[in-house]
Amino acid sequence: MPKSAALLVRGTTMHKPSSQPKKRLLKLKLNGRWREDAVFERELLVDYLREVTHLTGTKTGCDGGECGACTVLVDGEAVPSCITLAMRCEGRNVETIEALATQGHLSRLQRAFHEKLGAQCGFCTPGMIMAAEALLRRNPTPTDADIRTALSGNLCRCTGYVKIIESVQAAVESTS
Amino acid sequence: MTAEPATDGRLSRRGVPLIDGIEKVTGRARYTADLDHADALIGRILRSPVSHGDILRLDVSRARALEGVWAVITGDDCPHTYGVLPIAMNEYPLARGRVRYRGEPIAAVAAIDAETAERALGLIELKVTELPAYYTSEAARAPDAVLLHDNKPGNVEREVHHQFGDVVHGFAAADLVREEQFCCAEINHAQIEPHASLAEFDPLTGRLTVQTVSQVGYYLQLMLARCLDMESSRIRVIKPFIGGGFGARVEVLNFEIVTALLARAATGKVMMQLTREETFITHRARPQTDMRLKLGMSENGRITACELHVVQRGGAYAGYGIITILYAGSLLHGLYDIPAVKYDGYRVYANLPPCGAMRGHGSVDTRHAFECLVDRMARELGLDPFAVRRANLLQAPTRTMNDLTVNSYGLAECLDKVERASGWRERLGKLPPGKGLGMACSHYVSGAAKPIHFTGEPHAVVNLKLDFDGSVTALTGAADIGQGSSTMVAITVAETLDISLGRVRVIAADTAVTPKDNGAYSSRITFMVGNAAIDAAKRLKAVLVAAAARKLEARPEDIECAGEVFRVGNGDQSTLPFADVVAAALVDEGAITVKGTFTCPPDAQGGKHRGGAVGSTMGFSYAAQVVEVSVDEATGLITVDKVWVALDCGHAINPLAVEGQIQGSVWMGMGQAMCEETRYLEGLPAHASLLEYRMPTIMDSPPIETHIVESHDPYGPFGAKEASEGALAGFPPALVNAVANAIGINFTELPVTPDRVMDALIQRRRQARLASTLKAAS
Repeated sequence: MPKSAALLVRGTTMHKPSSQPKKRLLKLKLNGRWREDAVFERELLVDYLREVTHLTGTKTGCDGGECGACTVLVDGEAVPSCITLAMRCEGRNVETIEALATQGHLSRLQRAFHEKLGAQCGFCTPGMIMAAEALLRRNPTPTDADIRTALSGNLCRCTGYVKIIESVQAAVESTS
Repeated sequence: MTAEPATDGRLSRRGVPLIDGIEKVTGRARYTADLDHADALIGRILRSPVSHGDILRLDVSRARALEGVWAVITGDDCPHTYGVLPIAMNEYPLARGRVRYRGEPIAAVAAIDAETAERALGLIELKVTELPAYYTSEAARAPDAVLLHDNKPGNVEREVHHQFGDVVHGFAAADLVREEQFCCAEINHAQIEPHASLAEFDPLTGRLTVQTVSQVGYYLQLMLARCLDMESSRIRVIKPFIGGGFGARVEVLNFEIVTALLARAATGKVMMQLTREETFITHRARPQTDMRLKLGMSENGRITACELHVVQRGGAYAGYGIITILYAGSLLHGLYDIPAVKYDGYRVYANLPPCGAMRGHGSVDTRHAFECLVDRMARELGLDPFAVRRANLLQAPTRTMNDLTVNSYGLAECLDKVERASGWRERLGKLPPGKGLGMACSHYVSGAAKPIHFTGEPHAVVNLKLDFDGSVTALTGAADIGQGSSTMVAITVAETLDISLGRVRVIAADTAVTPKDNGAYSSRITFMVGNAAIDAAKRLKAVLVAAAARKLEARPEDIECAGEVFRVGNGDQSTLPFADVVAAALVDEGAITVKGTFTCPPDAQGGKHRGGAVGSTMGFSYAAQVVEVSVDEATGLITVDKVWVALDCGHAINPLAVEGQIQGSVWMGMGQAMCEETRYLEGLPAHASLLEYRMPTIMDSPPIETHIVESHDPYGPFGAKEASEGALAGFPPALVNAVANAIGINFTELPVTPDRVMDALIQRRRQARLASTLKAAS
């Protein structure tokens, strides 16, 4: 047995809740359904999504606001959830990658990213697709430059972006 | 099976989306950090605040006493070294006695939540006596430098001195001899998924289960057994989805062992998620490389001799270092026919995070120097860069002077394709001011023919399971890290059996279920695992054919099977559907499992000279590329307008994935060429975020036109070779050559940042002014 196994005894003692900041009730619409949760005031949206609602499609790739892997939609706008406080979403409409496929169908962006290999390792993909989703909702016929601008905050290390741009273009061209 | 000439594959599928792509685009794919860890303790690591020093005092008693802390471990909890090379394991998961780089793990905590774990770290008392620290190869090699490792005089981990052919004669025979210094900055993989590991130790059964970001589950199992003094049979390593690797995870990493040690100490489950900064500090990427290259060339462009001196700043521990410094020399061979090559390499220890393997392992920086100097000499001799490459082509099959086998060689076709596609002949020299074209070639191995841990086992094993429902399950240890290896396995199996792709399911990289695999490195999977998968599928096909023959009362050799239908081929029209054949095959047998293997024959495993196995492979990929740039002389900003690249991957098993790999590798070369660089301030990483480590964004990224060349390797699966690494090394020199074409300046340092461009332009203007002043004065 390792010598630190004795720590188990100490570790199992009741842990008093620490004097952390209070929780508040957060009410928001998440992926089409209103819900209420007790949330720390300082809790980041990404942590709320991943740890409270267990929607782990939204990723953390950096130490804050650098990579875009955590991009979600708040009232239709692409937002990095790792530098957004959950409480700021009170009463608002939050959408994550999990909401895009409906009734057994991939969204047009999801299908295009799948078929055109816009995703290799897939880690940046949810953020990338959500950023592109925000773009297509406000601009259904984006140019190459529009696509690049909309995705400029999302880093990918696998694709060189070539097939990501092709995927968004394919989604634009698809009719569904 | 041992490699034997394969029949020409007749693949019908031209590009298949990844079989795990749906999970990725829907957010269902679970990466390590996504795994359920609601009941897990949270792990945190205390790291060295100094670059070099002796630990005087390490008192964890106050941390241990903190409520909510379940375990605190230090170097005392693991007296075993670890490392990827059996001959160079000189690293402890947690430092013992000495720390050798800033950020080196010293102690670790498992607590009920992150806040408690971090508070506990703050309660650890650490006293370190600082020692002199060395941040450059030069300082580390100074005669009076303190040794980082007592058994390595001069802080040199490994010296390599190889000479093949007569370089003295070669230089004497040359019409032009040039010598130049090059320096490539240290860079990092910067895969988008930060490191993470989830370990669970069950004290009642004595079993350890680890789910982690590793590309090499088998090595991890070995190292965990070693460091935890456990039987490897009690350790299970499962690969979840992995958010990129590029070499970052091809050796066992300290945090993976630390997490397992914590799980055992806490007798529970521990989740360790490193920050992006810690992920950078874990490092293991491409070292800073200083090079002095001398080439001889005849007036018709034939290279007569090559002499290269390389110093790699390897960081504080061995890692893959010996392999990297050997690759840098051995892969001077295998691309061109050069009659004489001399190589001197030095791998140096320094007080920085350890370097390791990164895409194009060992070959990229030296290829950069080579392709830049060849281009300059071509210009000096008034030769076209394409013509010079063509003057030095190999003839396959051949054996290089350092005993590497070249069985297929599509470089000539790669050159033709990119020359034509880029309009090289029509456009070179006729572009507007500030615009330029450059080109370069590169190659890479399709799997190291000699495994690191040589055991006598085959290089790859794949199991196939066929059950009553007609499903075929491929079990492979190969780690899919986004490159599409599981899809490759599914395609090779489906093609060989001539069944639908949807019938094949791939279960990969779970040591309790899948056969051992050496892992995702040296671009070995397509070649080795692909061949093993084909071998397994052939065996399964024989079982099915025998069953069909029994059922159809015919001889097995008369049975034809195509598209899931079996028939007697001699004109008899009786047919059997796949389901009936499966049912017949299972009579008296039940579920069937067959095994396929692949082994590289000993004569492909490199030369007998020391280090001769490194670089050996069954098949080299070849690439040529043309880069077009615009240089803004006011800002020093380089824009890459377009890239044309052709890669000989033997045969594209999945052309869609091959294209993706080529584009990704070219682009990664672009990052190294133009902007990526790790920087340390007195050992403190100054680059350790994705803002400060500047990699190209979508705004900087050019169109990359890919051309696939298929040279049909005689031993590759359906003739295939690797496609993920070979094109990378060509980008940096092609860019530097294009910049030279655009503004007439030859850069010798990477990355070619706007700062470096501006400095060079200002210096040129100064020199021009000085020259005109002198002229006026005289």
